[in-house]
Amino acid sequence: MRRTGGLLAASIVPMSLVEIACRGRGKGSHEKFTFAFISDPHLTHIKGANFVRNFDSGLNKAIETVNLMFPRPDFVVFGGDLAQLGKREELEHGMELLSKLKVPVKFVIGEHDYYLDMGNYWQDKISKLNYSFDHKGVHFVVLNSILTYDTWIKRWKTPEERMNEMARLDNPNGSPFMVGDDQIAWLKKDLENVMSGTPLVVLSHSPLYKIYKPWNFWTDDAEKIQSVLSRFDNVTVFHGHVHQVLYNQIKNISFYALMSTAWPWPYPESYTQSPNYIPKMTVFMNRQDPFHERDGTGWAFVNMDNAREEMHYKLWENKDRIVKYDDSAGHPVDSTYQKPESRILPQTHY
Amino acid sequence: MFSKIDFKFLRYIFLIFVFYCIGCDSQKKKEANLAEFTYIPSGILGLPDLPVPKNNPQSSDKVSLGAKLYSDKRFSADGTVSCATCHKPEQAFVDRLKVSKGIKNLTGTRNAPTVLNAAYYKTQFWDGRRSDLEGQSKDPLLNPVEHGLSSHDDLIKIVKSDPDYTSKFKTVFGIDPNAIQIDHVALAIASFERTIISGNSPFDRYRFGKEEKALSESAIRGLNLYMGKARCQDCHTIGETYAIFTDDKFHNLGVGFKRIQPKLEEILQKKAEAKNSPTSDQEILTNLESSELGRFAVTGVSEDLGTFKTPGLRNIALTSPYMHDGSLTSLEQVIDLYDRGGEANPFLSSGIRPLGLSGQEKADLVSFLKSLTSPVLPSMPK
Repeated sequence: MRRTGGLLAASIVPMSLVEIACRGRGKGSHEKFTFAFISDPHLTHIKGANFVRNFDSGLNKAIETVNLMFPRPDFVVFGGDLAQLGKREELEHGMELLSKLKVPVKFVIGEHDYYLDMGNYWQDKISKLNYSFDHKGVHFVVLNSILTYDTWIKRWKTPEERMNEMARLDNPNGSPFMVGDDQIAWLKKDLENVMSGTPLVVLSHSPLYKIYKPWNFWTDDAEKIQSVLSRFDNVTVFHGHVHQVLYNQIKNISFYALMSTAWPWPYPESYTQSPNYIPKMTVFMNRQDPFHERDGTGWAFVNMDNAREEMHYKLWENKDRIVKYDDSAGHPVDSTYQKPESRILPQTHY
Repeated sequence: MFSKIDFKFLRYIFLIFVFYCIGCDSQKKKEANLAEFTYIPSGILGLPDLPVPKNNPQSSDKVSLGAKLYSDKRFSADGTVSCATCHKPEQAFVDRLKVSKGIKNLTGTRNAPTVLNAAYYKTQFWDGRRSDLEGQSKDPLLNPVEHGLSSHDDLIKIVKSDPDYTSKFKTVFGIDPNAIQIDHVALAIASFERTIISGNSPFDRYRFGKEEKALSESAIRGLNLYMGKARCQDCHTIGETYAIFTDDKFHNLGVGFKRIQPKLEEILQKKAEAKNSPTSDQEILTNLESSELGRFAVTGVSEDLGTFKTPGLRNIALTSPYMHDGSLTSLEQVIDLYDRGGEANPFLSSGIRPLGLSGQEKADLVSFLKSLTSPVLPSMPK
């Protein structure tokens, strides 16, 4: 597990796309392209036409910034949790804001979007819950990774109660996320005709590996999914949900998490009240400055160059990060902060 | 992949590491600063030691030469503009205009910031496009809406033909007239500007001089609001032993941003095509669109869109109108702007939010800001 955190000072990175030639493991020739990645705005309805200002402004800032990228990204991946409590007002408000994006959007559903009406509105008005597409030589798969056990779903008297229980982070009444056997069967079928050498990108809301169960930084059947993906040479998972810069390598799969546009979560290790088995951290994220609403939040764009990802974390009011797969190391590496001597000091906003 | 963590041990190791890094980093910073600056005690209540570049030490002759250069209207295309035209010594080193007037009454896009305490800033100009006073003074000379010279040689010719100047340059720099260059002029002007510092205000006497009666009840309430509910302190910083009232950073408050927002895509596309090269001084003062880009015009970083430098607040009651474009005419208007959470735009700085101040609280803040006026301001050397 390797990670980076926030830093003071604005970055001096031009908005043009940085292109770094890297020899990926992808076979064949692939066109270079870029996509943007926005996640977890958690738009929160107050009443009438009022929504929480801070969360609206986070999403708006990401949208406006993506629209000002030249050249434009080919599409935007939206990583889930558009709504805070799955309310129709929140989803509609979110779609109204996202409609300002000038490039197509690929939607991933989050648990906050799902557990009020079990994804009905989302499927009806926004997007399928799981699907795949091909883009410039890369095969993309979108999974609904926030399903859970039927017994838990039936446990609650009302949809609101179910939603509220799932919306709490540190909830003893919670239930672990999963992709589920039906979807895994669909995934196997979808990948049947995809060659092992084809670069594969999987988009999910929760991490498709196990970080910390009490907070549901977790997918219960992660190993099953990893096993389905094991025959591919070049697999990358992009996910939201954990609201922080986080990347990891498990066997043949590189994992990248994204910050939220709303608020940051810490890595659970800084919180755990009893010892837990969690992926070992090498670089800790700095404590965020609560004065600055946008500190620790942001968006990302991904350069796909020779079918290997190069993740540009755009941390607002902080230095940007570039994390990319390193062939010689065999895992993603932060271009600046990976080495212990380059670690980031705590912020000094004061 | 999974390992059981011994939290205490890990935290201990991490802390050691952090302190080690902080030690290294502060040591590096210290060494860098020591290499560049000498720090001279200001001798003025509320002001820190004055940073003086090691390659431009202060001397009374140099200050006197700088003051003469600062006031010389011959260094303009029509003989009407000197530094003192927009930064008037008798008006707290500002011109009290919305935006400054240069030769032929041409106007630029920016409100003239005061020279008072500019010696302490880490960058100069509203967008920080120059890092020091030496770099700053050379730009207005060539700007078509300020001094309007065709080149710095126009100025050097005048200096070389004036025996008073040639003798002063000889005394200060030990150089013959033929060796005088614009950089010598900039060094002298900067040395003069380093004498334009002021503190010892009622606020300083209250906070740093421990005079409890130096501030009115209203101003004391205002100071408490400043440090708390009104959230001023985070950017206009007051320190433990001195105050410069700036974080030396750049922030978007949305002032003037709506002028460019509809055209932002077009502007940024052009900027991207021009490989994000820094915008020229001339363009910033003659093109309103470029001006409103703020710090972005310098860095090309989207995070800097519409951001401007946090100005110091000393003598703020004497230096209206306010903001980079001079669009606010009173302190009350400035407080109202912050109270409503700035002007809405997607790039609003994240410390800016609606404050919910009452009428009394706003009045108290204004009282406090008025307490930042120094009893005596520096003037031109005799």
